[in-house]
Amino acid sequence: MSQADGVLRRRPLWSLGLLRSEIGMTFRRWRTLALLAVLAGVPVLVGIAVKIETGDGGSAGGGGGEGGPAFLSQITNNGLFLVFTSLAMTLPFFLPMSIGVIAGDSIAGEATAGTLRYLLVAPAGRTRLLLVKYATTMTFCLVGTLVVALSALLTGAVLFPLGDVTLLSGTSVSFGEGLLRALAIACVVALSLIGVAAVGLFISTLTTSGIAAMATTVGLLITVQILDTIPQLDAIQPYLFPHYWLSFADLLRDPVYWDQLQKNLGLQALYAVVFGSAAWARFTTRDITA
Amino acid sequence: MPRNEPTEGTDEWGGERSPKRRKAVRYGVPVAVVGVTAATIGLVPAFAGVGSPDLPKISAQDLVAKIATSDVQQLSGTVRISTDLGLPGLPGGVGAGAFGGDGPSGGAQGEDGASASPQNKLMELASGAHTLRVAADGPDKQRVSIVDKAAEYSFIHNGAEVWAYDSGSNTAVHSKAADGAKRGSHHGPHQGRPEGLPKDLKNATPQDLAKEALKAAGDTTSVTVDGTARVAGRDAYQLVIKPKQSGSTIGAIRISVDAENGVPLKFTLTPKSGGAAAIDAGFTNVDFAKPDADTFSFTPPKGAKVVDGDKEGAKAQKDFEAGKGFKGHKGMKDFKQGPDGFNVIGKGWTSIATIKGSGQGLPSGKEQDAAGDAGKFLDSVGDKVTGSFGSGRVFSTRLVNALVTDDGTIYAGAVDKQSLIAAANAAK
Repeated sequence: MSQADGVLRRRPLWSLGLLRSEIGMTFRRWRTLALLAVLAGVPVLVGIAVKIETGDGGSAGGGGGEGGPAFLSQITNNGLFLVFTSLAMTLPFFLPMSIGVIAGDSIAGEATAGTLRYLLVAPAGRTRLLLVKYATTMTFCLVGTLVVALSALLTGAVLFPLGDVTLLSGTSVSFGEGLLRALAIACVVALSLIGVAAVGLFISTLTTSGIAAMATTVGLLITVQILDTIPQLDAIQPYLFPHYWLSFADLLRDPVYWDQLQKNLGLQALYAVVFGSAAWARFTTRDITA
Repeated sequence: MPRNEPTEGTDEWGGERSPKRRKAVRYGVPVAVVGVTAATIGLVPAFAGVGSPDLPKISAQDLVAKIATSDVQQLSGTVRISTDLGLPGLPGGVGAGAFGGDGPSGGAQGEDGASASPQNKLMELASGAHTLRVAADGPDKQRVSIVDKAAEYSFIHNGAEVWAYDSGSNTAVHSKAADGAKRGSHHGPHQGRPEGLPKDLKNATPQDLAKEALKAAGDTTSVTVDGTARVAGRDAYQLVIKPKQSGSTIGAIRISVDAENGVPLKFTLTPKSGGAAAIDAGFTNVDFAKPDADTFSFTPPKGAKVVDGDKEGAKAQKDFEAGKGFKGHKGMKDFKQGPDGFNVIGKGWTSIATIKGSGQGLPSGKEQDAAGDAGKFLDSVGDKVTGSFGSGRVFSTRLVNALVTDDGTIYAGAVDKQSLIAAANAAK
């Protein structure tokens, strides 16, 4: 924990220091590293599985490309597609689950450990502490996504050929542009997670048990994901935060189809504002006893 | 106040107010955001509806003529189609199965890469909501892409070359456009053959739906102009087509026509039974500038499987003629006589297709989806009906009803149950 230097007027620097110490502490935790290791392991496993499956020259998915995850059939042609496949596989569950753990832990974890009141004794203000916690969670969103993407890129480069990228529309672009699109996709995936991060942060302010907050966030994620697949509920589905998650694939069209991407980012921003302000309302008015 | 209340000086909310009130005010923020959002979502479409543009009056005749003479060759845009025909959800393979044979052969088809075959995609359009991107530059260059979740099905027609590319299976189907005319007279199970596709897939755009609807117009139809609307950011007249015949299941067809160039921008078909539109196809954005020449060029990507659509079509035809494709269906041995028994009773909106003897039938035009489906679910759904013709089952969807008598004759059409029974009685 960073020491307050007690100088009230040096707020911006102080808060940057707080952010830095928070991020440092989060990423030094064993559980964070374990989460990142799991995330990095997914692309490796997928890559090896596809390699073994197609080792005798067959094509991935055996023509049933529609059954498997998106882009799976393309991996053998171009290792870069492992990035898209891995992101498409981790985005529905692994990534938001790890975000849920980090976000759920952010405030409630401090309360469990009994360190929250000491954090608040420092003249940082609750609002700022909350912002720092949220910024830390969002940093993890970005890092987690990049870990998946980089691990997939390395695995793909080792196991499969790289080259021109075939877009969904059937047009080919150079590998460089493919890489740029992959980077853009990673950013969109990271931004897709800010909604669930805000929900997790809000839940984290409700309880003093870190485990309860994590479990609730992940449970909520699963519930919402199930609701998103029930056809009878299509009236509410456009407002569920995972609804447009797979829209990142629209960046692989030619020309790019922006409609769903915009809806996704707008929805995530809405969730961030609503649950962020709810977390603020809760955190700044409650009695901190632990 | 507890010692660790928010630090004074970092907080604009003074300590004067009671904690309770402060709490209420703060919780008001997320509630207000939700409220404003809900209001925006609820009101924006309402406002958009109010904004019907002020256009000079036009008679229905002139508007129909405007559509007919519309000479827009170049456009690109996004089309949103939602269909609710009241069919059970169609998994991708069912359509192919109903046309090409039962499970086993349908499955085999899927395995040899024909999941890229256009007919499957066409069947998918018959249910649910889909987004299409269309581009056209004259009669020789068209591109239609079905935008799916993390996948895309593109169909490109450029001069003599016709390509279909399915990103899901990374398969490209290639065929020559010129060949289409030779076998053009054949109808039915070959609907989906690649060379037949330009017409079929294009039928999904508002223009072609509107043309079909107007073709049916005659003395059995009332055509009126009903105000104006804004569609895809363009001013449009609304043309309403209503069948005059009482037996029809079609309530009304509403076509929004671009006020400037007469291009139909939106097509909505509501069944007489009410409820949501059965077919709703419209541009969500449209641009009448010449599309990039690149749009229509296609080279099969490296590593993609290329299927020769002409050969596949020929093979399918051979299978069909040998009756192989239908071995799974009961009574299909009689099928070869099928086309002779095909007949249309009545005219206009209430015309009823009849197929004598037993058979799946050769449903024509727009009924093909529904009737093929009805065959599939023959034994599980349908109401028992009796009349002087004997007895049979009626299969209903929101638009198309079909009566299958016990001797295997099929009466199908966009008409209500009574009309079907009357037709069957009259035929006896």
